[in-house]
Amino acid sequence: MGEQIKIRAQIKGDMADIRILMQHPMETGQRKDDKGQPLAMHFIQTFTVSHNGKTMIEGQLNTSVSKNPLFAFKARGIKVGDKISVSWQDSAGDKRQDEIVVS
Amino acid sequence: MFELRRKLLKGGSVAALLSPLLGSGLLVPTGVLAADWRPAFGARNIGDALKAYGNANAASESPDIVINAPEIAENGAKVEIEITSNIENTRSLAIFADKNPMPLSAVLEFSGPALPYARVQLKLAETTRVRAVVKTLDGKTHVAFREIKVTLGGCGA
Repeated sequence: MGEQIKIRAQIKGDMADIRILMQHPMETGQRKDDKGQPLAMHFIQTFTVSHNGKTMIEGQLNTSVSKNPLFAFKARGIKVGDKISVSWQDSAGDKRQDEIVVS
Repeated sequence: MFELRRKLLKGGSVAALLSPLLGSGLLVPTGVLAADWRPAFGARNIGDALKAYGNANAASESPDIVINAPEIAENGAKVEIEITSNIENTRSLAIFADKNPMPLSAVLEFSGPALPYARVQLKLAETTRVRAVVKTLDGKTHVAFREIKVTLGGCGA
């Protein structure tokens, strides 16, 4: 189980700014540990952002996305009380899903 | 109208060709995702990555894709890149860093209330050209470029 996904949604007029912080090592497979042993590739492969249960953004990622990546998106017509959920799955099959209610 | 219909028919035949591959397990769907770009993600140079990403090397350059990024990134481990597509009916956005060991970094597909905008944080191995490839609902592909100078490569990060 991965660490909590931090989700922030800020409404400005009819636009919403959505910021998503996924806490993940995003290991490229090119780094070595202190003993010179290569660290295995381990990264978020897919993620989904849903609005009231309906998918609005689907992402596929590579190892070249930074560690603990922050994403920002925009959406129209999102209201206070709506639910935004984010889920990801990584290359090791690990998953995480979190949800917020827009305030 | 007829153009669109022809494209749809074409799209259908491609799906029909691919479905036996799905059955044989050669192509494993990731479930909810519309398209699986894993071969493109695994490509080791920009030419192969673009080709595997639906022949995106043939994309036409568009001023309607706006890439906002630092001219010089001191630390390649976290470079923030902001992309806005002002192209109508944008369906997806892909981000490539030409000189990264695996150039394709992210593919984002938008639907419903989501606008074709994204801010992402990438690792850049060295000074490179970054390109944003936009695909539209009617199957067209557009591209925009941006050069980013990297002082300290992000591969070891």
